[in-house]
Amino acid sequence: MTPFVYARADSLGETIAAGAAPDSAFLAGGTELLNWLRLGIAEPTRIIDISRLDGLDQIEALPGSGLKIGALTHLNDVAQHALVMRDYPVLSQAILNAASPQLRNLATIGGNLLQKTRCAYFRAEEQLPCNKRELGSGCSALHGINDNHAIFGWTEDCVATQPSDPAVALAALDAVIVTAHRSGGRRIPAAEFHLLPDSRPEADNVLQQGELVTAIELPAPAPRSAYLKVRERESYEYAIVSAAAVLEMDGRTIRRAGLALGSVALRPWRLSAAEERLAGAEIGDREALSAAIEQSFAEARPLSQNAYKVELAKTAALRAIEKAARMPS
Amino acid sequence: MNFHDRHLLRLRMNGEDHTLSDLDPRVTLLDLLRERLHLTGTKKGCNFGECGACTVHLDGRRVNACMIFAVSADGREVTTIEGLANGDALHPVQQAFIDHDGFQCGFCTPGQVMSAAALIEEGHTGSDAEIREWMSGNLCRCSAYPQIVEAVRAAAGRAAQ
Repeated sequence: MTPFVYARADSLGETIAAGAAPDSAFLAGGTELLNWLRLGIAEPTRIIDISRLDGLDQIEALPGSGLKIGALTHLNDVAQHALVMRDYPVLSQAILNAASPQLRNLATIGGNLLQKTRCAYFRAEEQLPCNKRELGSGCSALHGINDNHAIFGWTEDCVATQPSDPAVALAALDAVIVTAHRSGGRRIPAAEFHLLPDSRPEADNVLQQGELVTAIELPAPAPRSAYLKVRERESYEYAIVSAAAVLEMDGRTIRRAGLALGSVALRPWRLSAAEERLAGAEIGDREALSAAIEQSFAEARPLSQNAYKVELAKTAALRAIEKAARMPS
Repeated sequence: MNFHDRHLLRLRMNGEDHTLSDLDPRVTLLDLLRERLHLTGTKKGCNFGECGACTVHLDGRRVNACMIFAVSADGREVTTIEGLANGDALHPVQQAFIDHDGFQCGFCTPGQVMSAAALIEEGHTGSDAEIREWMSGNLCRCSAYPQIVEAVRAAAGRAAQ
């Protein structure tokens, strides 16, 4: 680990002022940053500990409708909050399927969105060709071991996936990510927060140097919502494929659907074409539901070792819809 | 904001106050426990937050000590396996691990015990499946999992299913 200097931030203002300096990094839960430092993925010279900033670890109802979750709220506290469990089960389930209880006690909801791909070439202790590690060095996974890599949105520069579970739920919920920055803050739709590799393969998300996620805002309650995670172990493992479904229903008829897949691309993958076709479909009519989902798979492009993920993703999407429909409204 | 490369650290460790000076901010809580405070009960397994062998309680919550810079824990309260028993009286989870043969080599055991003690406080002992899920952050390469579940169930005072 290369040397760095450390300071604890007392106010948001001084945090975003200090964070604007190049080579500065924010430390919240630390469950990603420490490993980046160990592996040389990041080598900041100044670390700004934001973990004790006031007021960023609260969950509160928004005026009218919706919920605001402070970015520093620990994952376990978000997932087990009464309003999140009742009104946004997809988010609670996604979080409780992520990491381990100990890590969820440290990790924050804001930091979770900033995690980098789990591609083994990217995380290798001995550096291998990887455009996310060193731009221009190539992609080892493109013709290498890519059985758990992307089936959507990849380029020859990078075929990795974004591993966050909560991010998939937030994309399906049409959540908004609120940031603060020296030049003013932003409100970023969750589905547009992460970047595909087509423009800057070395970048993971739209944040600028010194821009801090301060809150996640959830729109109107989505009690008929669910998360489904498919993995090689029952617990404490990253997804092969995951699916988040958010439904509005009239009896057994879907009025509106939000649908996103995880671990199939470098960002949560919204199934917009499927969502359109799902409006009006009946729960129980699996043929109609499957036909709707199929609409979003015309653009699927499996790699040499992961064609199985296409079928798995379709099935996961279907099961997530059915699981959401069974949730009490 | 005042950045420094050496820090003063105050911790309440197993009920005693400690002050440590000249601390490099790169030192993790795990390395501080083992190398500076010589509390070697907390084990260093993967050092990547994957195995749970370094589980301790920070302000009463179970966490991986390898994922925390010690400097960021300034002013907080840490409980390690050395601080769990009440004098010579073992914590119920420690006794249950002995009674139910909840280990083989023992390397993961301090982390398992710290995790289980917190899990019981959290109330995640409703079923064996719930215990397994909420103990999933502690790996046991000897695979003593069935006995570990039995021990946690017994310590929680719950009957077998």
